Amino acid sequence: MKLFKQHNNVLPGFGPTLGFTIFYLSLIVLIPLSALVFRTAGLSWGEFVSTVTAPRVLASYKVTFGAALAAALINSIFGVLVAWVLVRYRFPGRRIVDALVDLPFALPTAVAGITLATIYSPNGWVGRFLEPHGIKVAFTPLGIVLAMTFIGLPFVVRTVQPVVEEIDSELEEAAVCLGASRWQTLRRVIFPMLLPSILTGFALSFARAVGEYGSIIFIAGNMPMVSEITPLLIITKLEQFDYQGATAIACIMLLTSFSMLLVINLLQKWSRKYAE
Amino acid sequence: MSAPTKTYAAKNNPGRAQTEPAAVRWLLIAVALIFLALFLLLPLAAVFSQAFDKGLAVYLEALREPDTLSSIKLTLITAAVTVPLNLFFGVTAAWAIAKFSFPGKGLLITLIDLPFSVSPVISGLIYVLIFGLQGWLGPWLQEHDIRIVFAVPGIILATIFVTFPFVARELIPLMEAQGKEEEEAALVLGASGLQTFFRVTLPNVKWGIIYGVILCNARAMGEFGAVSVVSGHIRGMTNTVPLHVEILYNEYNYTAAFAVASLLAFLALITLMVKTVAEWKVRQQLENN
Repeated sequence: MKLFKQHNNVLPGFGPTLGFTIFYLSLIVLIPLSALVFRTAGLSWGEFVSTVTAPRVLASYKVTFGAALAAALINSIFGVLVAWVLVRYRFPGRRIVDALVDLPFALPTAVAGITLATIYSPNGWVGRFLEPHGIKVAFTPLGIVLAMTFIGLPFVVRTVQPVVEEIDSELEEAAVCLGASRWQTLRRVIFPMLLPSILTGFALSFARAVGEYGSIIFIAGNMPMVSEITPLLIITKLEQFDYQGATAIACIMLLTSFSMLLVINLLQKWSRKYAE
Repeated sequence: MSAPTKTYAAKNNPGRAQTEPAAVRWLLIAVALIFLALFLLLPLAAVFSQAFDKGLAVYLEALREPDTLSSIKLTLITAAVTVPLNLFFGVTAAWAIAKFSFPGKGLLITLIDLPFSVSPVISGLIYVLIFGLQGWLGPWLQEHDIRIVFAVPGIILATIFVTFPFVARELIPLMEAQGKEEEEAALVLGASGLQTFFRVTLPNVKWGIIYGVILCNARAMGEFGAVSVVSGHIRGMTNTVPLHVEILYNEYNYTAAFAVASLLAFLALITLMVKTVAEWKVRQQLENN
């Protein structure tokens, strides 16, 4: 590692630690991921296009992205509300509620999946109250939105919360001194400050929802063309030993994830600039 | 998927001059709490309620079943291999990234975070593409009678992939925030490199490591999608606890499914508790600096 000479740095171990980092990263992440790209490159363009635009695949994109969008929207609204309430207001049990927000990170997705499916099934705790009104959640696309909302919620709360904590009270006081009403202060002063973090949280929650599998398949019903998500379609193709089909669809999903990652990085840069 | 970054400088602001009218305040609190109760508390309560639905005896019997026990064993083995490997990687990566400057650092951090933005299904698929029968190494492995995918090594590999960033992404910002003055002082005073690391750096990032390890462990024990792709779903052989939950559930054996799921829910609760304490300790330490 003579390449990167460390000037004025007496700390030892740069070469071995960076070397091991790059070695382990390549072995576990980069080489396996490149396998996916190389395998897709083995397909002809025509095969690739016809696989990833087959009607059943297109329908799965619509279900997956549509539901993820809806879930991210719900999470943006309630996530901001929860973040605001947790930072600004004092009420008994606040710390426990704060810790509980991370439950979807900690609860294994399969457990979340079977639980949500049970609660929202027609005779479940919540489902039995919705059934008489003709609202079916479990085994419909609505169930997919619900599961995606569950797993995406912490992303919005945990992105917006630190920004609310950082808001300088002098800005609000200045707005009031200049004659703004509380509503005007919220809308014109606070909301613009929160906006970059809300968008970041929205994007994180959306990206997570698009790739999610475990919590969705139990509640989705998994009907082709109606409530079949793209990750499930990859697994179905694998089980039919259609490796090429699975690889092609996976490649589309990987491209989507990478574009989301880029968007999220840009959003985070923007919000950091805002913070300064 | 990258978890949101935390800021360590928390300010409590109860004495704020400006706030909403009390009625609005309580209304917002109520709406937020009802939403959280419905979305978070209710599912958590449902797991335990369903698990103990038919009484404690049935619950314990479901846990004592041989297939359940072997799935618990496999999950413990998986975590026991995965967590130390990713811990070692996380500490090494954080040392190189936080204590030194070099070109391409930003790219390296992004690449380390990559497994979080990949769908779990794809995390499993990539190993099938390499080690599966139709994969790159498939024919060679078959010749030598080595099984990687649809066997335990594949489960461990996929788990290492999905939990890859946890320790590193927690330690990098923490070690960056702490700078390197203390380490430099130790070296000047004659400590060796390893002594400096174990006596100076490690105590400073102890709670950060605990935080990363507990989250890494929770995901390692609870991963479903990636493991489901590479597991052969052989009962008693290649089923982890989450996969066993799926099988029981699909067999309409709900009480047993929820009994086994309750173990994972307990794990989630313990994880949340340790995480909250670790977070608090890290904040405290950074404020003291």
